[in-house]
Amino acid sequence: MGLFYAYLGILGAALLLLPFLRVEAKGGIAIGASCALAMIGGYFAVLALSGHETGLILAGTQVTGPIPIRIDALSGWFILLINFTILTGGFYGLQYMKAYRDQKANLSLHCMAFLLVQSMLSLLCAVQNSLVFLFAWEIMALSAFLLVIFEHLKSDTIRAGINYLIQSHVSIVALMAGFIWVAYRMGSYDFQAIRDFSASFSHLNSLALFLVFFAGFGLKAGFVPFHTWLPYAHPAAPSHVSGLMSGVLIKIGIYGILRMILLVETDYLVLGFLLLFMGVISGLYGVMLAILQHNLKKLLAYHSIENIGIIGIGIGLGTIGLGLDNAALSTLGFAGAMLHVLNHSLFKSLLFFSAGNVYQATQSLNIEHFGGLIKKMPHTAGLFLVASLAICGLPPFNGFVSEFLIYSGLYLGLGNDSPVMLFGFVASLFGLVLIGGLAIFCFTKAFGAVFLGSPRREFAHVSEVGLGKLIPMYAVVVAMMSIGLFPGFYLELLSAPLAAFEAKMPGVQQAAGIPANIAGLMTDIGLCAAGLIALVGAVFFVRQRAGRRQPVMVGPTWGCGYVGDASRMQYTASSFVRTYRKLFEPLFSIHKKKKPVEGIFPEGGGHETHPYDKTELWLIDKPLKILKDFIGKFQFLQNGNPQFYIFYGVVFIALVILVPMLAEGLSFLLDFLNQL
Amino acid sequence: MLSLVLILLASLFFTGIIIRAKSLVSGRKGPGIFQPMKDVIRLWKKGSVFSRTTSFIFQIAPSVYFASVLMAILVVPFGKAPGLISFQGDFVFFAYVLALGKFFSIISALDTGSSFEGMGASREALFSMLVEPAFFIMMGSFAMLTGQSSFHDIFISLHFGSQISYALGVLATFLLIMIAMIENSRMPVDDPKTHLELTMVHEVMILDNSGFDLGLILYATNLKFAMYGALIANFFVGALPLAWAVLVFFAVQVVFAMLAGLLESFSARFRMNHNAEFIYTLTSLSLLIFFGVLLLMGKFI
Repeated sequence: MGLFYAYLGILGAALLLLPFLRVEAKGGIAIGASCALAMIGGYFAVLALSGHETGLILAGTQVTGPIPIRIDALSGWFILLINFTILTGGFYGLQYMKAYRDQKANLSLHCMAFLLVQSMLSLLCAVQNSLVFLFAWEIMALSAFLLVIFEHLKSDTIRAGINYLIQSHVSIVALMAGFIWVAYRMGSYDFQAIRDFSASFSHLNSLALFLVFFAGFGLKAGFVPFHTWLPYAHPAAPSHVSGLMSGVLIKIGIYGILRMILLVETDYLVLGFLLLFMGVISGLYGVMLAILQHNLKKLLAYHSIENIGIIGIGIGLGTIGLGLDNAALSTLGFAGAMLHVLNHSLFKSLLFFSAGNVYQATQSLNIEHFGGLIKKMPHTAGLFLVASLAICGLPPFNGFVSEFLIYSGLYLGLGNDSPVMLFGFVASLFGLVLIGGLAIFCFTKAFGAVFLGSPRREFAHVSEVGLGKLIPMYAVVVAMMSIGLFPGFYLELLSAPLAAFEAKMPGVQQAAGIPANIAGLMTDIGLCAAGLIALVGAVFFVRQRAGRRQPVMVGPTWGCGYVGDASRMQYTASSFVRTYRKLFEPLFSIHKKKKPVEGIFPEGGGHETHPYDKTELWLIDKPLKILKDFIGKFQFLQNGNPQFYIFYGVVFIALVILVPMLAEGLSFLLDFLNQL
Repeated sequence: MLSLVLILLASLFFTGIIIRAKSLVSGRKGPGIFQPMKDVIRLWKKGSVFSRTTSFIFQIAPSVYFASVLMAILVVPFGKAPGLISFQGDFVFFAYVLALGKFFSIISALDTGSSFEGMGASREALFSMLVEPAFFIMMGSFAMLTGQSSFHDIFISLHFGSQISYALGVLATFLLIMIAMIENSRMPVDDPKTHLELTMVHEVMILDNSGFDLGLILYATNLKFAMYGALIANFFVGALPLAWAVLVFFAVQVVFAMLAGLLESFSARFRMNHNAEFIYTLTSLSLLIFFGVLLLMGKFI
């Protein structure tokens, strides 16, 4: 209890203090407060993960009723990973924001919003009262909006911010609808009421309730077709905020979905296949669009959708496991999903930080402008490479572990008997493999075009970033490697949250901890990862030894006989993906501008492609246009004339008074007529 | 361990047999079957030329590529003896380790900043992405059939009994041969002996590699061929006694190599823009295997 109030106290004190500090001190104090908050949150989280759940009930107010704070293992896992990424993001942001020291007021707002996002994300994992949950959700959404629009003088940024603001409120509406439905039926705001609700109503009702919640949480997580805000908001925000949003903010949606699976009792088989389907679609759609992007951060944002899809596949498998009373399947699915949540928060934030380094050095995010940055920024390039390998799920990095768990789940599912389910599993397998392949395609493009080759444009002052930025990034790499090499330890951490899911299967005998065969698998994978690193090292060592006495020459790249400057002829990112684009063209809407090279002395040709999101076209733009056309018909009301506005007010007041009077008169008249 | 030794042995002559078969078919005498290996050893003793444009990626990529192939070989079992690495779902690791090598070979091609090598890299990335589902679905089908999920367990418990299962064996062999041809960038997807850079895939990616690195890359190709040959051999070895198994292994390798040589002699390379479609048909082949397995198990209607 005391620690909880200390948490709120530190938050409040920091918020009050921040505006009055010198600009140099703001960041430091904010980070200090952030560390303290993370430590308290982490303490509870570690307690919960080791089996000691925290449960306390605050008195609350007359409106909210008692406010239960329950930190169970699931909350613990999410609180831990949220705070880790926020801390690294904070330390990185401290350096990143030095470039904006002149915007004093803006910086205080930024620091305050940062702390609010951190505390609200942690609180959301702990609070189990729907009203307070919605309040925290709203504060989080608003402060994330403030974080996004830091560079609010750019019109693109403010547009992206408002887009985000509106869409996150749509998600709140969906959540509100769900919670009101439960509160109306059960008369309680406690999350336990959701469990009671699904116990006392049919499975179909519970499924509908889950879908309402899924719309809300899925919008935050970025499942297709609820993803359209993501590719705008992430590039617009400063890089540490993008990393934070993509790493942990969207994961609160995943937390919500997992929490609802724990609470809602329904037909898990149907639900599981639905989630599996959503996952595959999101994964494929996200990565397919990511490949086409020219903006580095937008590319990464589409990859978040892909990874949410992979997490969705994991959750779907786990839920199917619940439906089939198959403990192994549910363990593999949920473990894969939750581990991937952590993995993605690590490598995606690292990717965004690297993109931030590139942005601050060049003031550009267009992939086609770069090239050869690896020579000027070797650390950034190396970090980006490590994160790319990890996000493609390649061993020996952490992404492989979670994807391997999900693959194992899919292969386990193939042991099933019903042909319909088998088709579902094979289709998902196909989807997941394709996602992996496309991710490799995408990241070879991104890494190759940005860091390799020769420069495509001259940038004035490109140099490696300072230690202040590199240290938090290397901290993330250490965390990533530890997962890749010691996956067993992390799976053991997950055993408490997994037990909560297993408790949903009353018919299945509960085993303590992770099943031995899966734990053994994790040891094998860790050993394989270590072996792979050792093998690469050994081969490289032999190569160095063998090459020591041989002559080494340096020359130009082989140009097939051409000896002039070939740097303008090198393959661009667009040409790298051209065959792919041609292959899948019918699925996208791409605006192309082409200026062919003509004549004996050509004036310079050009080729531009602007990929656009087809779902956005159909789900956002078209309905919006129809709505605008309809509302536009009433535009005459808004004529800018103050007298008219006063007149509207008078009409309104008159109606407010007259309508009840008329109604009363009418009922009086009816009574009178009845008596006749 | 046994499989590692056998694959290393087979890799010594595999490409040699392909070249010999091709030359015999075209009426030439051709080099000895150990010539490619001698070339590799010669390269290992040479100095190197590096492009000015390249960075440390170019230096480490061939080593990573080679190590990834070696690591994948460690997973391959032989008959009753599992590979050095064997666990449930090890074929996922197998495919992903190979993908790691591919990732590095692609970025090392991009590192040179050459237009030709970028072209090759783009094609390689696309083709290898398209070929992967076929392998995964095929392995999934056999996992379903045997109820096992590691290379060793699947192969050991695979029994050919009925006609359908023979058909499946043939299909799987064909699929593996095609995957091997694509992964090694041979006909009908890529022509290693073409003389025009514009029409190459894999060869154009390594234009700038020389010396020890080039030797590593070339030897990795030999190893990869022998590795796929070993996978095919495993389909037929099953639970044979060791002496027979070794015999069958080398027979399969030689037949596979000669087949590859014949295929290259009598077929032309596809047009580049039709390659993607061709590779996708392999996925439908793997789906055929899947349906066949369903039929075998009686799960299908």
